[in-house]
Amino acid sequence: MSEKFRLDKGGLINRNKKISFKFNGKKYFGYAGDTLASALLANGVHLVGRSFKYHRPRGFFGAGVDEPYAIVQMNRNNEVDPNVRATEQELFEGLEAKSVNCWPNVDFDIGAINNFLGKFFPAGFYYKTFMWPKSFWYNLYEPIIRKAAGFGAASIKHDKEKYEHKYEYCDLLITGSGPSGLASAYAAAQNGAKVILAEDKSRFGGSLLTSDVTIGNQSGQEWAEKIISELKSMPNVVVKNRSQVFGYYDHNMLVMSERISDHLPKTEKYSPKQRLWYIRAKEVIISSGSIERPLVFGNNDTPGVMLSSAAKEYLKVYGVLVGKKPLIFTNNDSGYETAIEFKKNGIDPVVLDTRKDPNSEIIKEAKDLNINIKSSYVVVAAKGYKKVKSADIAKISDDKKNISTIENIKCDCICVSGFWTPTIHLASQSGNKTKFNEEIDAFVPSQSKQKETTLGSANGIFTLEETLKTSFEKGNELSKQITNKENKVTVPTVVEKKSSNHDKFWCVPLPEGKNYKRFLDFQNDVAVSDIQLALREGYRSIEHVKRYTTLGMATDQGRTSNLNGLQLVSDIENKVVPQVGHTTFRPPFSPVSIGAIVGREIGKHSKPTRKSPMHYWHEKNNAVFVDAGVWLRPRYYKQGSENLFEASKREAKNVRRNVGVCDVTTLGKIDIKGPDSAEFLNRVYTNAWLKLPIGKARYGVMLREDGIVMDDGTTTRISENHYHMTTTTAQAANVLSHLEYYLQLVWPELNVNVVSSTEQWAGAAIAGPKSRDVLQKLFPDLDVSNEGLPFMGYMEGDLFGVNAKIYRISFSGELAYEVNVESDNGNYMWEKIIEIGKEFNIQPYGTEALSTLRIEMGHVAGSELDGRTIPYDNSLEGLVSKKKDFIGKRSLSKKAYVAPDRQKVVGVIPLDKKTSIPEGSYIVKDAKAKLPNPKLGHVSASCWSVEYDNPFSLAIIKDGKNMIGQKLFALSPLKNKTIPIEIVSSHYVDPKGERVRS
Amino acid sequence: MLYIKCPHCGLRSQNEFSYGGDATVKRPELNKEVSDRDWDNFVYLRKSPIGKHLELWQHISGCRQWIKVERDTLTHEIFKTLKANEEV
Repeated sequence: MSEKFRLDKGGLINRNKKISFKFNGKKYFGYAGDTLASALLANGVHLVGRSFKYHRPRGFFGAGVDEPYAIVQMNRNNEVDPNVRATEQELFEGLEAKSVNCWPNVDFDIGAINNFLGKFFPAGFYYKTFMWPKSFWYNLYEPIIRKAAGFGAASIKHDKEKYEHKYEYCDLLITGSGPSGLASAYAAAQNGAKVILAEDKSRFGGSLLTSDVTIGNQSGQEWAEKIISELKSMPNVVVKNRSQVFGYYDHNMLVMSERISDHLPKTEKYSPKQRLWYIRAKEVIISSGSIERPLVFGNNDTPGVMLSSAAKEYLKVYGVLVGKKPLIFTNNDSGYETAIEFKKNGIDPVVLDTRKDPNSEIIKEAKDLNINIKSSYVVVAAKGYKKVKSADIAKISDDKKNISTIENIKCDCICVSGFWTPTIHLASQSGNKTKFNEEIDAFVPSQSKQKETTLGSANGIFTLEETLKTSFEKGNELSKQITNKENKVTVPTVVEKKSSNHDKFWCVPLPEGKNYKRFLDFQNDVAVSDIQLALREGYRSIEHVKRYTTLGMATDQGRTSNLNGLQLVSDIENKVVPQVGHTTFRPPFSPVSIGAIVGREIGKHSKPTRKSPMHYWHEKNNAVFVDAGVWLRPRYYKQGSENLFEASKREAKNVRRNVGVCDVTTLGKIDIKGPDSAEFLNRVYTNAWLKLPIGKARYGVMLREDGIVMDDGTTTRISENHYHMTTTTAQAANVLSHLEYYLQLVWPELNVNVVSSTEQWAGAAIAGPKSRDVLQKLFPDLDVSNEGLPFMGYMEGDLFGVNAKIYRISFSGELAYEVNVESDNGNYMWEKIIEIGKEFNIQPYGTEALSTLRIEMGHVAGSELDGRTIPYDNSLEGLVSKKKDFIGKRSLSKKAYVAPDRQKVVGVIPLDKKTSIPEGSYIVKDAKAKLPNPKLGHVSASCWSVEYDNPFSLAIIKDGKNMIGQKLFALSPLKNKTIPIEIVSSHYVDPKGERVRS
Repeated sequence: MLYIKCPHCGLRSQNEFSYGGDATVKRPELNKEVSDRDWDNFVYLRKSPIGKHLELWQHISGCRQWIKVERDTLTHEIFKTLKANEEV
């Protein structure tokens, strides 16, 4: 077939299952078990994208999460997924992907002109160039830069996939299933600990999948398989593949993203695409391994240049040759392992070793296989534009300063190995103070802040024998402390080839007269020259150098570039690396999709929806609902082709003329009990509460300590030591916390208990001149006359077999009652009211009519009690006791609060009596005054007065008390309206309050 | 996410709690003369220390008790948690 670079046998792929896929519109074949990267390489495709800044051709550099280049746009089941790493994306039938950051296509990319203009794009180019003129930024510079920069394009469609969140607790969380992860998990599991073992890749085993070692009498890979299957069978162990632990947060909370469906052509029914795990672990073992470091030389970003470990992985896991004429460039023994694998598969590699006379078991094996090894040799530059065609190589002097005559050698790939960098991201995120280990030229974890232990090569241990020994020990030790059980396992014997020391040399000097780009950060196009420039320009702190040059930023988080960048800064500054330090590692280690972070909390699920027991009656009767906090409330009940305005007017008018019924279940209700309840209420409310008789309700206002009105409502004395408090719908939860605060912390000596009873009661407000008639018919045995049940009175009754509580209170300003029954009886009550009220022309009314009624009456509500007003502002000063102390009283004597021209609520009507005034409008003296036009106040609530049939609003304006009768203007720049207005009393209807007492 | 040991319920995640500010603030007694300065200090002024801080949390989705938490504002280490009526 066309898979020219696939070996006939070998690898862990399933050769019986052939898979077709498309890349940049062209059809290819691969096998089940491939990644998109391995399948493309098998087909000889190396050009996958263009670089970020210079649009240089880019191929594959790694074989997993370390990949800086091969970022593609995925199309899966008609959904796009931007910025997917081809090295992590598993192949499935029908997969479609395309290159990003290139236009018109990856083969011919116009942006590549940046490469030839490279000298005009130095570090900080954007900062330096687009400074002026300032006005050009939004219209010209930014749109162009935005188009040129960035990788994939996000979908603007609604994501149909489901994402889940899961909370989990465990004794040990182990991140990575390489040798250290497997050994520690196994030891801990034997001690009965609850273990979660997370592996980022689809296959377990980490480096054991590619290394040539023997554990016990098995190959590394067989041993890994055996341990994993044993762990999977244990009830106390959770083993997860395709799961990346990407963040280490406070108090041993780690977050893991599990890719459940990304490897499938489409998400299965009832299954999420991804799942985010919040894991609280007693101990964390970081076994995240290490990532190979690149060597730096001219054009080291050409497609075909890749990490030698990646080349080995493509060979051993996928049976894919990354090239047939490989050049291996190494400063340590790892490159030889790759060379040996090539040789074993009939390919003749050439090894360039920067070291003079390297010698070890591995090198001896390479020599025995007749591999061509050139010591003290370096690659000066890769040749070829879209693919490596050859390499300029040269001998390097012992002091590594000078290179001799350049020779050209034909090759089709260059596998580089600059030794290993422990993956310390999670350890660093946990707060671990890392230290620099001179022996391996890299940072390793040292002092833990949280309960975290780093093992294996993530801890700078590069021999399997020591890794297994320490990992079995640590797994045993940590779990034993938690479970108090010990079931020690013997450490198996290990056969591995010993390696020799690496060479600290990593950056090849430029040959005279050449200015090849030598890249440090492949993802952000940061070359050696950029860092040199930044330092010349005076940047010193590594954090500043990072931000100025973008070294180590973006999605790969500098996994392959950090240490070489630090080395370079240290070299130039004549410092040692630990003095320079490393930049801060922050979560996520690897990109996480926004969908996974959001989880199920989208749309209607972003908050709970609370419905009253009468909800379904409202629904059946054409209610149009509105969100009121977390509640759904009927806004109006639509009749025929009515709109909101018409319906609410009809409903409000019917309350004024006949009788209406409104669902008030959502009001906050708090049950207050205890011998000191009266004293407590007296401290909480601004007015007096000690003498409220049993069976009476009282309106009360409560303040915050800063004197601002917090909430209002009525509280009824049910019996000697029992009160029923109501709060506004919005403040219910805050008021309860507020009361609990004072009872628990400030006045614990008061013997009072408070508990929310909002959900226990269903409430109906029956309002209007005929409400007493309805009530009398509902409770034929009760005396509900004005004498029997006066305004602010309370009684209990039997409503056709159910207990009811009747409060004569009014929000609408009409004669009104609120009837409460236990929630389960709510709908029963409601239907009875509607049935009995029929002869009095009862109609249900929604929140819109409710607002109209209260605005007309000048009753303040949430739009006036807006967290900025004091009792005086709301004309509630009559409710402020002068005799007793209460919460917030001391603040009321503040200078600003007693200013003679203090703001106050007033009524507003448009002079033409036609134009509705938008809520939020500014009130000004002169509509044509120069800006900023001095603002007198704002319109807080507007309605169409059903009593007078013209618009009416409430406003809070400066010196409101003395403004009645003034002709002013309401400005709404938002709606482009200027409305001449007159200020009137806020009590527009029934100013003496006679109706409620009738 | 913090892991807070509610003295009534045990270890619970931070998302069950709501933060309540400095626990060392004492409300002036009722019916006592308070100077403007003292009152303003009580209502508005709070220290924002780096390091140990005694603060209030309410176990709002649990037992609803207000508790005191001694926490390091820099490292988030929690040294101890106390019931409302306990002193450090």
